[in-house]
Amino acid sequence: MIRTVLSGDTPRSLPLALILGGILLCLALAPFLFPGVRTVDTAARICIFIVLVASYDLLLGYGGIVSFAHTMFFGIGAYGVALTSVHMGRGFDAIAIGALAGAGLAATLALLIGLFSLRVRAIFFAMITLAVASAVAVLVSQLSGLTGGEDGLTFKTPRELGPAFKFGKETFDGKLLGVKLNGKLLAYYFVFIGATLLFLALLRVVNSPFGRVLQAIRENDFRAESIGYRVVYYRVAATCLSAAIAALAGSLYAVWLRYVGPDTVLSMELMIDILLMVVIGGMGTLYGAMIGATLFVLAQNYLQNLMGAASHLLEGLPLLPELLSADRWLLWLGVLFILSVYFFPTGVVGRLREKA
Amino acid sequence: MSAAPEHAPTMAQATLPERIGPYMPVLLVPLLALAGFIAIMNPASWLTLTVSGLAMGMMIFIMASGLTLVFGLMDVINFGHGAFVSVGAFVGISVLMLLGHMTEAPSLILNLSAVLLAVIGAMLATGAMGWAFEKVIVAPVYGHHLKQILVTMGGLIVVEQLIIVLWGPEEIYFNRPEALKGAITFAGAAIEKYRLVAVAVGLAVFAAMRWVLRQTKIGLIVRAGVENGEMVQALGYRLKLVFVGVFIAGSALAGLGGVMWALYQEVITAHMGNHAMILIFIVVIIGGLGSVEGCFIGALLVGLMQNYIAFIEPKAALISNIALMVTILMWRPMGMIPVVKAK
Repeated sequence: MIRTVLSGDTPRSLPLALILGGILLCLALAPFLFPGVRTVDTAARICIFIVLVASYDLLLGYGGIVSFAHTMFFGIGAYGVALTSVHMGRGFDAIAIGALAGAGLAATLALLIGLFSLRVRAIFFAMITLAVASAVAVLVSQLSGLTGGEDGLTFKTPRELGPAFKFGKETFDGKLLGVKLNGKLLAYYFVFIGATLLFLALLRVVNSPFGRVLQAIRENDFRAESIGYRVVYYRVAATCLSAAIAALAGSLYAVWLRYVGPDTVLSMELMIDILLMVVIGGMGTLYGAMIGATLFVLAQNYLQNLMGAASHLLEGLPLLPELLSADRWLLWLGVLFILSVYFFPTGVVGRLREKA
Repeated sequence: MSAAPEHAPTMAQATLPERIGPYMPVLLVPLLALAGFIAIMNPASWLTLTVSGLAMGMMIFIMASGLTLVFGLMDVINFGHGAFVSVGAFVGISVLMLLGHMTEAPSLILNLSAVLLAVIGAMLATGAMGWAFEKVIVAPVYGHHLKQILVTMGGLIVVEQLIIVLWGPEEIYFNRPEALKGAITFAGAAIEKYRLVAVAVGLAVFAAMRWVLRQTKIGLIVRAGVENGEMVQALGYRLKLVFVGVFIAGSALAGLGGVMWALYQEVITAHMGNHAMILIFIVVIIGGLGSVEGCFIGALLVGLMQNYIAFIEPKAALISNIALMVTILMWRPMGMIPVVKAK
């Protein structure tokens, strides 16, 4: 049963299985285990980033293609939901149409970029996506009439997903295990279930014959072409698929935040975060995305406080407080990133599997 | 004895497109300038825009040339190249600020020597940094594009953060030296002095690079290395050493470009190199990875295009570069002047 749900791609290592199970359990029961606005928000972010990072891993880890436009696709999905919700009014139909339109647009754009650059040389893709993504980010902040510019868009999601909506008054007295039964709880489970479905879909894709061919191309594209697989076709298809899923993750993010803005969904910093999550978790396995995203989001939320404390302790020493200040955590992540590309190219997951 | 068979060779002259074909990339620059003239319909503004477009193009060329050579020679794609631009700008501008008494003096010689010192400081710093970058970051990942992109990107993040640690997170505003301020009027068009200087420096760098590449032994080895590295090594040249040299030179040029870019913008931020990288990549792709001439032409095209479009329709300026890249890749998928070895 579990094997079928996971498309035959089991963790294959006891510690890994325990960690993944732990993450899944914590995320599934987050509102009950860690009640509190900030912790639930962190959990929702982790869910969404797992999908986003997993979709990026389809491209980077399975396809061997580096893209810098992943946040662009993420943003397209988020803006899709925001725009339909603003113009059609709150409602699930607006969310559905926005998400589908966003995914469609993202896939089309990916198709165009892919056809352009991948037919020549795979490394063109990295450079061209970087250029296109930054152009789109600037465009979004300039077209303030449509997108709200730098301020972004705030919009309303359906009433059922808002904190004002209460339910279960008669049966549970409005509370379950001490947690208020309101729309925010429903919104969390909307995000959680959406993310789970998308993740399982991705798992199905990478363990299909299609995923197998992608891996073959990553290992040796010349040989794959010689065996008779159209390398360009597979690469472009992977790009489109990963773009569409990134857009859907963006839609989930928009539903959760009820806000979109260039800084939250389109920035280059976000792209670098995604890269870090993929590499630290482990390229070429979707479970790496799960671990990478969880570690990173937790670190982002809590490690910074720790570093700030360390920096306070060292006050008075030259340079050290600045190196350890909470704003400089990207520096240490960058170092970690370089080291992990050199020494643990398979990331946390690869290490754990080796031991098994 | 029979007569020789009828033999009438025809010497068909090559058609015009066939003859122009090889020179087409070079001709694109004047063609674009002409198109700009027709679109703008005002000689004075056209001249101003053309000069600033050329100045911008020259600066992008200086920053991009190192990247394209490094790729051509060793098949290494350095996403951290922008870090050298930022470091060059910060070191150069710090030197300039230290020499405040020289930059504020109304003497041309003092001003220019201050700028020269700043440039030398920046180039030394970025050259040394390039050497370290090659040793620590790039050397372990030769022949592996995916890892190169990731690792050099990581290097970029670390360098950007270190800049913030050393110089603080705020943007730094400063003034150009006195002699480079202001504009001269020529044929009714106001042309900033600094832009003329940038054009002159760019041309000088291009000429020097061409001279080194075409006329010297080192240049010969570099060009041969781009064409067929294994053969050059088989002949007994230590290509690795040449490569390190090219990497250092390319980084130093990026530093020079950084100082010039900073003087052009009159503000420096830690992310400026990362932003410049976008234009640099477009230029390098347009020109054909590995080709210095292609990079030069591409940079001029991008600079002119950006300035004309920004004048005609400001919002379309950024898209125009992407459109230019798309058009050129449709025409020549490997860039304007493709280099043989590049795969």
